Amino acid sequence: MTLGPKPPRRRLFPVRDRFTHWLNTIGFGGFVAKRRGPPAGLKERYRLTEDEYRLIVNALGRRPNDLELNIFSVMWSEHCSYKSSKVHLKNFPTTGERVLQGPGENAGVVDIGDGMAVALKIESHNHPSYIEPYQGAATGVGGIVRDIFTMGARPVALLDSLRVGPLDDPANRRLLDGVVRGVAGYGNCIGVPTVGGELVIHELYANNPLVNVLCAGVLRAGRVMRALAAGPGNLVVYIGSKTGRDGIHGATMASAQFESGDEDKRPNVQVGDPFMEKKLLEACLELIDRQLLVGLQDMGAAGLTSSSVEMAARAGTGLRLDLDRVPLRETGMQPHEICLSESQERMLAVVAPAHLADVEAVCRRWEIDLAVIGEVTATGQWELSARGRLVAALPVRALTEEAPRYERPMRAPVYLPALQSLPLEMIPVPGDLTKVLLTMMEHPSLASTAWIWRQYDHMVGTATVLPPGGDAAVVRLEHGGKAIALSVDGNPRYCLLNPYLGGAMAVAEGARNLTCVGATPLAVTDCLNFGSPEQPETMWQFAACVDGIGEACRRLGLPVVSGNVSFYNETNGQPIYPSPVVGTVGLLESVDRLVTPWFKSPGDLVLLLGQNRDELGGTEYLRIIHHQERGLLPELDFDRELAVQQACRALI
Amino acid sequence: MRVGVIVFPGSNCDQDCLWALRECGFEAVPLWHQQAALDGCDAVVLPGGFSYGDYLRCGAIARFSPVMAAVKRHADGGGAVVGICNGFQILTEAGLLPGTLLRNEGLRFLCRPVTVRVEQAHSALTRRCRPGDRLSLPIAHAEGRYWAPPEVLDRLEAQGQVVFRYCASDGALSPDANPNGSSRHIAGVSNRLGNVVGLMPHPERAIDRRLGGEDGRCLIESLLATPLADDARPKTAAAAPLSRA
Repeated sequence: MTLGPKPPRRRLFPVRDRFTHWLNTIGFGGFVAKRRGPPAGLKERYRLTEDEYRLIVNALGRRPNDLELNIFSVMWSEHCSYKSSKVHLKNFPTTGERVLQGPGENAGVVDIGDGMAVALKIESHNHPSYIEPYQGAATGVGGIVRDIFTMGARPVALLDSLRVGPLDDPANRRLLDGVVRGVAGYGNCIGVPTVGGELVIHELYANNPLVNVLCAGVLRAGRVMRALAAGPGNLVVYIGSKTGRDGIHGATMASAQFESGDEDKRPNVQVGDPFMEKKLLEACLELIDRQLLVGLQDMGAAGLTSSSVEMAARAGTGLRLDLDRVPLRETGMQPHEICLSESQERMLAVVAPAHLADVEAVCRRWEIDLAVIGEVTATGQWELSARGRLVAALPVRALTEEAPRYERPMRAPVYLPALQSLPLEMIPVPGDLTKVLLTMMEHPSLASTAWIWRQYDHMVGTATVLPPGGDAAVVRLEHGGKAIALSVDGNPRYCLLNPYLGGAMAVAEGARNLTCVGATPLAVTDCLNFGSPEQPETMWQFAACVDGIGEACRRLGLPVVSGNVSFYNETNGQPIYPSPVVGTVGLLESVDRLVTPWFKSPGDLVLLLGQNRDELGGTEYLRIIHHQERGLLPELDFDRELAVQQACRALI
Repeated sequence: MRVGVIVFPGSNCDQDCLWALRECGFEAVPLWHQQAALDGCDAVVLPGGFSYGDYLRCGAIARFSPVMAAVKRHADGGGAVVGICNGFQILTEAGLLPGTLLRNEGLRFLCRPVTVRVEQAHSALTRRCRPGDRLSLPIAHAEGRYWAPPEVLDRLEAQGQVVFRYCASDGALSPDANPNGSSRHIAGVSNRLGNVVGLMPHPERAIDRRLGGEDGRCLIESLLATPLADDARPKTAAAAPLSRA
């Protein structure tokens, strides 16, 4: 852990208004304010440690007030700051000749030639979906779609990766049903086709389901929109739904594990309005197309706070925001509620004053609320006022770059060697192989998922040239010759038995799936779902998975352009399996090169590319038929992998 | 020939319809829901989607849009008006077509190809078809169960206003072939004159082999067709002109 060992310069007042702020700036507060210890309830209310509190006091040179502490609570939460994962994620390859935008923005962008580009991102909405499946999944779709159109891209495809407990338990059936309805309810309404996905059923997800959604969008290569609060004097404009009390502290909630009785957290889950999102999507794309915006960011986790702070951090500027001008849905909302609300379908734009009238006209046409709530400054300070008084003044750097980074302790699980051994005498050869085949085919992890994707409108956009049901989905672009192929993959059992290899295999499998339809893999986005980073075993699994994904991406030439980390996926101390999900995007230069997966006609030859070895470890067969999850994973030889994939594409 | 596609807030098949119409040789233009005139369009398409989020009831809010008065005048004058999916729902809400669309029998959104049988070839959408033709078209809806009182259904059948029925691939009206529980397998109806047609399946998603089929093409091209010879049409629809209202 790195503690900024800067001693407090001054002992000052918490900011209460402009006067106390001014006293602080001239150092006068030091005479008056006695520095006291951290406030009561630091851990319970703010989920900050005492060390982190000291870091805050050091960074500010004074004690934060309650509102400011709330702000730090979310900005330094795992969800927003990536404080446990950042040291590992920096090992990902993130550049390449096709990468127009790597990690750090709302989504990654990849050049696909002829002046076109694809925006790509996957994100989790696990905790909310457990508490309220329909709205949790629906707002998960809403959030990722906003991330894509914020980049100036028109969303063209959604994929969902779901992990739930066994379906013979009615609670899990209800949960999966709610999640599927949520994805359908939101995705169908906004008119973005859900073209693929995957489903894994396992006991360990019974109390902690995973809902990951990937979105891809198309834009012109030279017109990538960025989330910058650039240009002091420019206006900060709030666009979209009004702010309510929903989802307050959602980011902090997503940074803690569940305990029994957390059903009470239902009010922390946001409620989605896909109709508003559809209008926002059209309005924002029109605003970007007409070049009326300096920067655009969606208000996702930690709402107005993180969106505005991040925009200022990227541009190296400051912001002055007036909370009295924020459109509110309820009366009597306190400043911290306005700052932390995660009400959905809201965007923050930075607009040059000269363009404000045009922006207003577009929003009026789409029947969307708009309010100027502040302006960009050159001070590097994030200043909030409410009811005419300054209520918070924080350095943008302290909230972002100076957030703590942890190198958490790691330890390989002691059970691992035992798990990796697979004495074959333990595995009797079944007598009736037909029965084995049928048992496996009807297992919900392997059986057809048509009942899910038939509830998704996978055809809207008249572009889905390979619908769900295959290894990869293929969507053609602008009704032309080019098409992109998409796949989401991850095998949690592999990652349990060998996190490094499991991570690498997710990348290899994604690339393989795209290759099978004739597409050249271009880039990946990853969603890393793990237990608590404070557990050394979990942290070890995380680091090994990240290393595996990174190495596979390097060897297969696939940059990681965006991603998301979801820690604390555990309930009552029981973590999920390490569950990275890798989303891969590939390009078909001509849609005529598309190969569909099914057998075409009797008499055709069936070829097997690659090598078959005596490998049984970690297989579905072992799990379903012998109820064993153990053994060594199949070998992964990157050179052979590349050769097989290239040969396959060459044959196609 | 100029065809307008109306864009309501929440429409999401408007771009698909514009593309499909252009692919079939039409001049296709978007019409904003706030405008009071149809900009000289010879035919109007109300596309699928979730106009006004389907709040209150599918199509219940969209029917109050200013453009709907112009659509009604256009229909009254004999001009072609086609409602697809949500557009069909809007037309029933607006009283331009009989009946209503209820929640699917299975209570779920359904997106898959279905087979429909062309029941009559004198509507604005079926002039290029023959009665009995079987078409494979995709559906994508949660509220597509056609319903009307029995006496209304009897009248629709007697007057040849049932345009499409869900059927098995051999054309039989087996219960399995009815995806959403529609009364008498009805997938699409027209007004008495045949110039206003609504249907739940999406012909605009079926004009390209790459997307799984081209059976929707004959429907869209029917907008262009001059009326067939007299034998195919009832007397009332004899002179249904495709001119402006």
